[in-house]
Amino acid sequence: MIANYGYKDGSGEYYISIDTDKCIGCAAGRACLTACPKQMFEIITDDYDDEVAWIKKPNCRTLAYDCSECKPAGGYSSLPCIAACTPGAIKHSW
Amino acid sequence: MITAGIDMGSRTVKVVLLEELKVDGAPQLKYGIKKVHIMMPGELDQDQAADKAYDDALAAAGLKREDVKAVFATGAGRKQVGFATEGITEMTAGARGAVYMYPQARTVVDVGAEEGRGMKTDAEGRAIDFAGNEKCAAGAGSFAEAMSRALQMTLKEFGEASLKSDKTIPMNAQCTVFAESEVVSLIHASTPKNDIAKAVLDAVASRVCAMVRRVGIEGEVVLIGGMVHNAGFVQALKISMGVDTISLPDMPEYISALGCALIAAERQNS
Repeated sequence: MIANYGYKDGSGEYYISIDTDKCIGCAAGRACLTACPKQMFEIITDDYDDEVAWIKKPNCRTLAYDCSECKPAGGYSSLPCIAACTPGAIKHSW
Repeated sequence: MITAGIDMGSRTVKVVLLEELKVDGAPQLKYGIKKVHIMMPGELDQDQAADKAYDDALAAAGLKREDVKAVFATGAGRKQVGFATEGITEMTAGARGAVYMYPQARTVVDVGAEEGRGMKTDAEGRAIDFAGNEKCAAGAGSFAEAMSRALQMTLKEFGEASLKSDKTIPMNAQCTVFAESEVVSLIHASTPKNDIAKAVLDAVASRVCAMVRRVGIEGEVVLIGGMVHNAGFVQALKISMGVDTISLPDMPEYISALGCALIAAERQNS
């Protein structure tokens, strides 16, 4: 499942997508949990009893600001969460 | 076997009691809806409202709590349903319920009071891709309701009024609060109410459509949630999504509760 966490507002579309099929049985040792300086990622048991990462609820409403530390003024190619997720489950929409 | 699904939404509590039907020789288990019940919490806390809605549904069906094998809860307040055996997300419940009603459905749009979301689903009703809007109410029913209040119309009148307009007035504000001030400006500019109603519902549809496009539009499209009752919104969504038809269930507000009850039954049988 591709889970899109985030929102669209007047300034743009801010979603972090997590491909849960790649996330289940993480080969990177859940590196996203520590890679994100804001610690936005959390491991939950989803509706199908699989352990997957998601974005903590309060962060889903403030992604544009929370992620700004890692991608100042755009064009930032190496985000800590994406780099840490070696299975390639994490994507940013902006 | 009886199972229950409870959708604890931000405005209403929906309960579906589902009965497993014994059909000799049928390759798959069949289910029948035994009772549906909807309640506005009013003065009650969420946990009290869940209790009352559930007890009222059971009483109407002539059942007791011990007759129900499993109770699954969904919705924004699912964690407040203390007696639920399990809680599942709105995406999983909505997708399962929609595909049960429309087996060809692959795109499910759920627009309730507080939040709108789009899901892509497989043939088994399992959500395979979803997007919601965690931040803003402007893509949900409460926004349309607030705007109908500003025009001093009921929600039904609001939807019908929008169908009488053929004007396109863009609403630029993304926030409910600012959008309301845009509506007030349109009222002061003597813009006909029908045109304002259409502008508002076009804006809601456009925001919902943006979420659905994130997951992609595929196969039969089903709209669930209370906004199905708003004819103007349905029409605006069709145009925004570029589809000729959107399937509309008879009891759109119960689909997530139905999905819950189905998943509860399937897990009991697995």
